[in-house]
Amino acid sequence: MTLQHYLVISAILFTLGIFAVLTRRNAISILMGIELILNSCNLNFAAFSRFMTPPEDISGQIIAIFGIVLAAAEAAVFLAIILAIYREFGSIRPNEVDTLKG
Amino acid sequence: MEFTLKTFIFYGFALMTVASALIVVTVRNIVHAAFSLMVTLFGVAGLYVFLQADFLAATQVIVYVGGILVLILFGVMMTSERFDMPIQVKGHIERGQLFLGGVIALALLMLLLTVIANTPAWKNLTDDGTELPPTTARIGELILNGQFLLPFEVVSVLLLVALIGAALISRKEVRD
Repeated sequence: MTLQHYLVISAILFTLGIFAVLTRRNAISILMGIELILNSCNLNFAAFSRFMTPPEDISGQIIAIFGIVLAAAEAAVFLAIILAIYREFGSIRPNEVDTLKG
Repeated sequence: MEFTLKTFIFYGFALMTVASALIVVTVRNIVHAAFSLMVTLFGVAGLYVFLQADFLAATQVIVYVGGILVLILFGVMMTSERFDMPIQVKGHIERGQLFLGGVIALALLMLLLTVIANTPAWKNLTDDGTELPPTTARIGELILNGQFLLPFEVVSVLLLVALIGAALISRKEVRD
């Protein structure tokens, strides 16, 4: 396995995540796309940490762990916002949610 | 590269990750998408194992599969009325969005693959198969007693803020 194997997998995951964010019409599907993007990013950190630094340096893995923590916080806030939107509009389709509180 | 059992398993994990991610972004039923996302997350955890990041793989399974995925399924349940939303809704605007999104994603993929294939510093870095020592103890040392102490504290404050914020946003409005 070379570094490029991991980078190609990560690039595919990132692209699929971008595609989901751009085209899905359900806020939860968009959240799944964002999770794919964050996963590809963490995979890149771990891969570069394995191949580009000396073996005893594991900073990249620690950054990936921080990334996982941020993803968890982001998912919690995202779903809280989705629930609030659902209660207000009765729908979680992003293009039906077009009113701000004035 | 000779085709050993190890490379076979690696390609198995890679295929599992990519195929289930493809299902996540294309399938209509959002519950199926969520379970497919679980397979993707397990596949990424397997790739972490191949990178000899054992603690990271365990964290991935615990936090993503045990936490975030359950959270997503709860979100699906609590907004369940119209969760069976087809990806391709009638009307040319939606189809145009699908087309444009596909073109942008494909262009991005081509760009990334070109960069990956042509960057000289990333070439010929092969996993020589040496076994590294387990990482858990060193990660604990670095986070709690080393150069990552400040980021750790900042992230814990951020988690607290996210917790309070999520509870505040999603609570029922109190009329006064």
